[in-house]
Amino acid sequence: MSSKTVQKLDRVVIRFAGDSGDGMQLTGDRFTSETAAMGNDLSTLPNFPAEIRAPQGTLPGVSSFQLHFADHEVLTPGDAPDVLVAMNPAALRANLADIPRGATIIINTDEFSKRALAKVGYTENPVDDGSLESFHVHPVPLTSITVDALAAFEGLSRKEKERAKNMFALGLLSWMYTRPTTGTEAFLTKKFGAHPEILEANLTALRAGWNYGETTEDFASSYEIAPAVMPAGTYRNITGNIALAHGLVAAAHQARLPLVLGSYPITPASDILHTLSALKRHNVTTMQAEDEIAGIGIALGASFGGAIGVTTTSGPGVALKSEMIGLAVSLELPLVIVDVQRGGPSTGLPTKTEQSDLLQAMFGRNGESPVPIVAPSTPSDCFNAAFEAVRIATTYRTPVFLLSDGYLANGSEPWAVPEVSDLPDLRVEFASEPNGVDDKGEQVFHPFLRDPETLARPWAVPGTAGLEHRIGGIEKADITGNISYDPDNHDKMTRLRAAKVAGIAGIPDVVVEDPSGDARLLVLGWGSTFGPIAAAVRAVRNAGHHVASAHLRHLNPFPANLGEVLRSYDRVVVPEMNLGQLSMLLRAEFLVDVRPHTSVRGLPFSTVDLADVILTHLEEVS
Amino acid sequence: MTTTQPTTNGVAARPSGLAGIPLLAPDAPKQTKREFTSDQEVRWCPGCGDYAILAAVQGFLPELGLKRENITFVSGIGCSSRFPYYLDTYGMHSIHGRAPSIATGLATSRPDQNVWVVTGDGDALSIGGNHLIHALRRNVNITILLFNNEIYGLTKGQYSPTSRVGQVTKSTPFGSVDRPFNPVSLALGAEATFVARTTDTDRKHLTGILRAAAEHRGTSLVEIYQNCPIFNDGAFELIKDRTEQEARIVHLIDGEPVQVGPEDDRKTLVRMPGGRLKFVPAASAQGMDVVVHDTGAEDASQAFALSRLDSPEMTHVPMGIFRSVSRPTYDDGVRAQVEAAVSTAGGPATDDDLAELLRGRDTWTVA
Repeated sequence: MSSKTVQKLDRVVIRFAGDSGDGMQLTGDRFTSETAAMGNDLSTLPNFPAEIRAPQGTLPGVSSFQLHFADHEVLTPGDAPDVLVAMNPAALRANLADIPRGATIIINTDEFSKRALAKVGYTENPVDDGSLESFHVHPVPLTSITVDALAAFEGLSRKEKERAKNMFALGLLSWMYTRPTTGTEAFLTKKFGAHPEILEANLTALRAGWNYGETTEDFASSYEIAPAVMPAGTYRNITGNIALAHGLVAAAHQARLPLVLGSYPITPASDILHTLSALKRHNVTTMQAEDEIAGIGIALGASFGGAIGVTTTSGPGVALKSEMIGLAVSLELPLVIVDVQRGGPSTGLPTKTEQSDLLQAMFGRNGESPVPIVAPSTPSDCFNAAFEAVRIATTYRTPVFLLSDGYLANGSEPWAVPEVSDLPDLRVEFASEPNGVDDKGEQVFHPFLRDPETLARPWAVPGTAGLEHRIGGIEKADITGNISYDPDNHDKMTRLRAAKVAGIAGIPDVVVEDPSGDARLLVLGWGSTFGPIAAAVRAVRNAGHHVASAHLRHLNPFPANLGEVLRSYDRVVVPEMNLGQLSMLLRAEFLVDVRPHTSVRGLPFSTVDLADVILTHLEEVS
Repeated sequence: MTTTQPTTNGVAARPSGLAGIPLLAPDAPKQTKREFTSDQEVRWCPGCGDYAILAAVQGFLPELGLKRENITFVSGIGCSSRFPYYLDTYGMHSIHGRAPSIATGLATSRPDQNVWVVTGDGDALSIGGNHLIHALRRNVNITILLFNNEIYGLTKGQYSPTSRVGQVTKSTPFGSVDRPFNPVSLALGAEATFVARTTDTDRKHLTGILRAAAEHRGTSLVEIYQNCPIFNDGAFELIKDRTEQEARIVHLIDGEPVQVGPEDDRKTLVRMPGGRLKFVPAASAQGMDVVVHDTGAEDASQAFALSRLDSPEMTHVPMGIFRSVSRPTYDDGVRAQVEAAVSTAGGPATDDDLAELLRGRDTWTVA
C-alpha cells in the first residue's frame, strides 16, 4: 500500500507533448475519457502538425494534447499547463515558453541524447544544466523502464516495446491524478483484441506507469480533483466535429428526410465525413467527390431531389464552392455548407484554428448573394448549431453557412446529451399541387410564388406529378420562375432574396450577461472565442470590476436587438481570431465604433491576455 | 449490348437503365411529343443544330413510357445547356461544367428519376472535364448528351477543346495551337461503360442512339456532332454531304466487320501484323485479321482503336455505339450500402436509435 499523501486540487491543466509518432493524441484522449468518467468538467486542445510524420525529433514534428479539468465549470483548455509531459527534447523546447515557473515537468530522459538535443539546438542537456531549476522536474527514463517492464514479451521487438511508452506515461499520470484506468483497459482490449501480445504489452506498460508513480520516491504525492457540480443529466465527452455530424443526423431525423453529404477530404473537416460515412443506418448517404465543387454539386442535386444536402469543408474548399453556393442562392434550395475554419490565406495553417472566413461566408460570391450564417460556440454546441443550420435551410430554402473552426472541431468537452423528444420537429411540406393559373385559366405550378410570411418558395421535388418545372442560375421572373432579363424584375428578385434572409425568424435576441448591472463595457464574441471570453470576463469580475458579455450564434442576420445592445454601452470590445471581421460588419451595420481585439496565432485566446485587454479598456472608459 | 432484366412470362423485359423508375399506367393515354414541349420560346440561332436534337429528344421521350415527373434534365452553361427550359420535365440549368456532379447527387438519392445531362464541348470537356471523367468512371446511372460543335457559341466564337489545330477563331486570330480532345477516346479512357457518337441531322440514327443510351444502366456518353451555323458553320460538312459521307462514315454495327465506303468501293478494317488497324479493299480482306465490332468486349482496346480512326480531315468517322458493357453502377452501390445498413439494423432509425447514437459508448450520469 502506498504511504504517499493525497492532495486536493480544484483544477489542473496537463499538456502531453511528444513526437508525432509518440501517440500523444491517443494518450490525451484516454486521459480525457478517464477524467470525464470521474465527473470533472473539462476542455481539451489537441495541437498537431499538418505533416503526418514530420522528421523525427524535430520542432515541426511535435504533437501535443492539452487538457484542463476541474471541480467547477471549465471554459477553456487552459492558458498555462500545470504539468508538461515532454517525451523528447523537441517537445520540451517547443512547449517550455508556455509553462509557468513552478509547474511540473515530466521528462523522458531516455530521449535526451546528445544527438537528439543537438537536433533542436540544445548545446547542454537542460535536464541537468540548471536551466529548469524554476520548475519541478521529474526526470524519468520512460522508454527504458517501459522496455524493461516488457522484458517477458519475447515475441515483441525492442521497437514495439518502446512504442508502449505512451501507455506508461498515461499510467503514471493516471496515478498522479487518481484517474480510473478501467476505461482505458477496455479501450485497449477492443483496439488490440486481435493481437493478444500487443494488448498485454500495452496493459502491462499502463500498470507499470501507475506502479512507478506509487512506488518511486520522486513522486511524493498524488492529487484528487473532486467532480464538478454539473446540471443533472446523462453526459458524454464529445468533439466539435462529432457533435456537428450528430447534429446534422438529428436534424435530418427530425425532418424525416434523408441526409446526403457530398464532400472532399480537407483538414480539419474530414472527421465529419468519416463520422457520417459510418452512419448509413440513419439513412445517411455520403459521397466522396472528385473535388470540392463536385462535393457541393452532389449535395445540391440531392437537395433538388428532396434530401437535406450538406457539404463539409474548410476555407480553401469554400473558395472553390463559391459559384455553386451562388447557384443555390439563385435556385433557392436548402443546403448546408459546413466550413471548419483554419488559418489562411491559401493553404495557410491546415491544423491550426482561425475565424477568418466570416467575410468569405458573408460576401465571397458574385452578385448580391445573401447567405445566413450560424456559428457554434463550443465543441458540444456544434450539435445545436448544425440543427439550427438545417432548420433555416429547410424553412427558408436557402444555403446556410455553418462556421465551425479547428479549435472546436478537435477540442472536446462533456455534453449533456439531449432527449430526442426535446428536439424540435423540423418536418417540411413539399409542394404537392399547382399553385396558380395561367393566361388560359389552366392550373399551373409557379416555382417562385413565395410564402408571404417566410418569403420561401415551394420545394417541389422531382417525382411530383403536375409540378414539372425548370430552375436555373439565370435570373428568374418573379412567381413563374421563367428566364427574365427585365430590369425591374431583377431589382425585385434581388431585394426579395435579401429580404428573405434578413427576415429569418426564430433568431433569439442576444442575451447580455451583466451580473452587477453596472457595466459600461461590453465584450462581444462569436464562435469559438466563447470559452476564452467567458473565462476572461469571469476573472475580471472576480477582481471586482463590472463588465458585460454577450455572444453571437447568428452572424447573418444578426439578432434583432443587437444594435440597441451595442449602443447601450460606452464601449464594445470584440475579440476575434482574425483581423477584425465581425467588427467590420458591426460598424457597417450599426455605425457603432466597436473595438476589435485580434489575434491570428493559430491558437485560441489566452484567458489571462484577454483579461488584461478587458482591464485596459475598462481603465480607458472609467 | 445493353443488359435487360430477365423476362417473365414472355413479357418484354424492362431495360435495366430504366429499372426502378415508375412506368406510366398501362391504360394511360399515349404520350406525345407535345407533352414534352414546354411553353418557353426556343431561343437558339436560326439554323442551329440544337433544334434538330431538341426535336429528336422531344419525339423520343414518349417512347420511354415514363411519367414526365420522373424525368429530369440537368445542364451546365452554354448554348446547349438551355435545353432543359424547352422540355416539360423537371429540369435544372446549373453552372458551367458542373452538371454531372449535380446529376450524380440527384440520381444517387432518387433512383426513381431518369436523369439526363445536356452539355457541350466547352462545358463537358474544358471547364467540366474533371466531373465528366469521374462520372464516367463511377458509372452513375445518367445519360450525358454532349453536343459537340467544336466552338464556343454562347461566348461568341472562341475555340474549344475540340477545335482543330490551326482553326482561326475570335481568340485565335493566328490559328489555334491547342491540340483537341477526341471525346470518344477520352470517355473510353475514363472507363466509360457506354459510349456512342451520332449527328444532329440524322434523326433516325440519333433516336436509335438515344434509345440505347437511355436503356443502358450506368453512365452513357453520347457525342452528338452539332453544327453551329454562326461561329463554326460546316464543321461537319464532309460527313453531311451525301456522296462524301458514304466514303467517310464508318457505321459501327455490333457483331459485324467494320467497313466503310460505297458498294463498289467497299473497304474492310483489318488488324495488320503489329496491331495497327487499316482499311483494305473488301475483296482483299479475305484471310486477313478482319476487325469485327464487339460493343460488349470487356477490354476497351478495340473500341479505343476504332475511336482513333478519326482525324481532323474526317477521312474516316466512326458512328454508332463504340462500347456498351454492363458494370455495377455507383448509385446502385451507394444505395445498397445504406439499404443494407438500415435493414440489418431492423428498419428505419427510430427515436431510440437516434438517442443511442447521441449517447455514444461512454456516458456518465449526474444526478
